[in-house]
Amino acid sequence: MATQSYTPVPPGVGMEDNFLSLDDILLSQEKLPCRTETAFPRLGFLEKSGDTGDIQEGTKMEMPLWLAKGLYDSKRRVVAVDLPKVYREGWRTVFGADPNVVDLHKMGPYYYGLGSQLLHFDSPENPDIAQTVLQTFVRRFRRIMDSSQNAYNEDTSALVEKLDCMERSLFRSGQAGLHDFQRWEKGQSSQMTASSLVQNYRKRKFAELEA
Amino acid sequence: MFGEKAIELVRELDRIGDGQLPAFNEDGIRQVLEEMKALYEQNQSDVNEAKSEGASELIPTIKFRHCCLLRNQRCIAAYLYDRLLRVRALRWEYGSVLPTSVRFHMSAEELEWFNQYKKSLATYMRSLGGEEGLDITQDMKPPKSLYIEVRCVKDHGEFEIDDGTIILLKKNSQHFLPRWKCEHLIRQGVLEHVLS
Repeated sequence: MATQSYTPVPPGVGMEDNFLSLDDILLSQEKLPCRTETAFPRLGFLEKSGDTGDIQEGTKMEMPLWLAKGLYDSKRRVVAVDLPKVYREGWRTVFGADPNVVDLHKMGPYYYGLGSQLLHFDSPENPDIAQTVLQTFVRRFRRIMDSSQNAYNEDTSALVEKLDCMERSLFRSGQAGLHDFQRWEKGQSSQMTASSLVQNYRKRKFAELEA
Repeated sequence: MFGEKAIELVRELDRIGDGQLPAFNEDGIRQVLEEMKALYEQNQSDVNEAKSEGASELIPTIKFRHCCLLRNQRCIAAYLYDRLLRVRALRWEYGSVLPTSVRFHMSAEELEWFNQYKKSLATYMRSLGGEEGLDITQDMKPPKSLYIEVRCVKDHGEFEIDDGTIILLKKNSQHFLPRWKCEHLIRQGVLEHVLS
């Protein structure tokens, strides 16, 4: 693998949120079920079922995480944030039984990120959510590490399919490490190669010409 | 919902994850800025109303719009910053002269920034290692020998090496050249490093 001079801004760790990270911005776009606890005058057009000009108190609506986080205030009652169903009691039991069979990409794809962000909202279930998210990761990690270190020159799409976004990037790092090690063993690590950036540009240009 | 245009900008960059620079989405940026302007003006008039008539029920709405403003601001900042990181990477991957197809994807400000970055880097490299300066974009991997075997991947024309000899870089021809002369050409995909 060629050295890459572009590394994107890394996402924040745990409950943190990195302002400039593209991943964190996409994560905070995830929708949460919310209930308004105060009226929002003149914003009725944002809510499909409402026929008045206002969002009434007690309206159930889906809000993106960034908005819920911005409006939420533990002292003043503005919005109440509900848990998405994968973090509720029922699903927590499933994760407790065997986290390896769950398709986290379908459930998430930001299962860990969103789970950590939910801890910003005071909820009596917070400790349980945190515990489940942590245990899920611990029990899935072994398989991810194992497969990323041993699948060499194979089609990995079946392995990656069920992984959450964060797990995918872990898997990719593992694979990159494995490939670099194999190159070193073959004595190829001192070979200079064309920049992958340049090569990809060229591929795309050819594709455009053919189209 | 507000902020949809802004997230679209971010998605656009996220889709191309390997550091390539997509065309600058001037139209997208303009639309986001328009949305922000509208939000700001609505908020301004509601703030005045809330102040003069004591209409405190407007406050949640004002906060709502303010969150959307901040969200749009964050998306645009991240969009521009991530593009800058990609522009910076171009200097290291392509060298100081960019192909026109790449330059075409940059905004005027990004081109300006690239030129400034190029200059700063050059000034820094001149200040290193005594009289002649030090090219820090060279030897990205530790060199094992001064000369290396290379094969031409495509026709590149004539090429002059230190001692004044001119060699013709013709497709599929093989040469034994000073390493520091060909590293950039290898990175640009003109030459291929042959391991013996």
